[in-house]
Amino acid sequence: MTETQLTLSRRQALKGVSAFALTLVAAGLLAPGAHADAAAVDAAIKKLVKGTPEEGKIKLDLPQIAENGNTVPVAFEVDSPMSKDDYVKTVHLFAEGNPSPEVASFHFTPQSGMARASTRMRMAGTQNVVVVAEMSNGKVYMAKQQVKVTIGGCGG
Amino acid sequence: MSDVKPRVRIPKSAKKGDVVEIKSLIEHKMETGQRKGKDGKKIPRKIINRFECKFNGNLVFASDWHPAVSAYPYLAFHFRAEESGEFEFKWIEDGGAEYTKKAKLKVS
Repeated sequence: MTETQLTLSRRQALKGVSAFALTLVAAGLLAPGAHADAAAVDAAIKKLVKGTPEEGKIKLDLPQIAENGNTVPVAFEVDSPMSKDDYVKTVHLFAEGNPSPEVASFHFTPQSGMARASTRMRMAGTQNVVVVAEMSNGKVYMAKQQVKVTIGGCGG
Repeated sequence: MSDVKPRVRIPKSAKKGDVVEIKSLIEHKMETGQRKGKDGKKIPRKIINRFECKFNGNLVFASDWHPAVSAYPYLAFHFRAEESGEFEFKWIEDGGAEYTKKAKLKVS
């Protein structure tokens, strides 16, 4: 008797697990239409930037927690002498959890003096912010940081 | 759109070689194209999609924007002062409308 009960409960448990797995699969299939993800950001980076990004050189200045996703302060600084033959050409800003991954691109010149900029962005929810810097010598650097968002900023 | 107002803050003067900060803001709603109006239809996208900064006619900084840039877009960046001259700031809207602002910098 005890054994039957055990078998039954195990079967039920397995049913429960598979149903849960199905829900996960369904959610996974539906998600790409609604929001960008890490893969969409990777694709967007490949479209804009030649070469494989390395870590380093970029300092991000982002809040850990943003209360209002409509306007999240974002700042970055790329370590560079900003001279005529060694400067930061372009910095791209991406969001992994917004309806589309691109946020903004910043085009610097040696005349910029320093490769730092700050702006404010919309964030649909808690997600990673990705910054990619293209240098004048063709090198590419990348940095990533998560921002927790209390109220999303893409409300419709 | 008469309610679109560009603003810029720069120091009036700088020493040669100084790196100065330029703060810019334009009063613009940055309609994302994701929002729905009262009639349930999507409100068409209308954002500033590009910002340019020229100094004495040369492009020294530019930025391309997507709908994820917040309303009333704020942007701060830097400029190495080498000679006196005039900045021209330009914001370009979807559809091609342009908003401009000028500011002088005295370098000693």
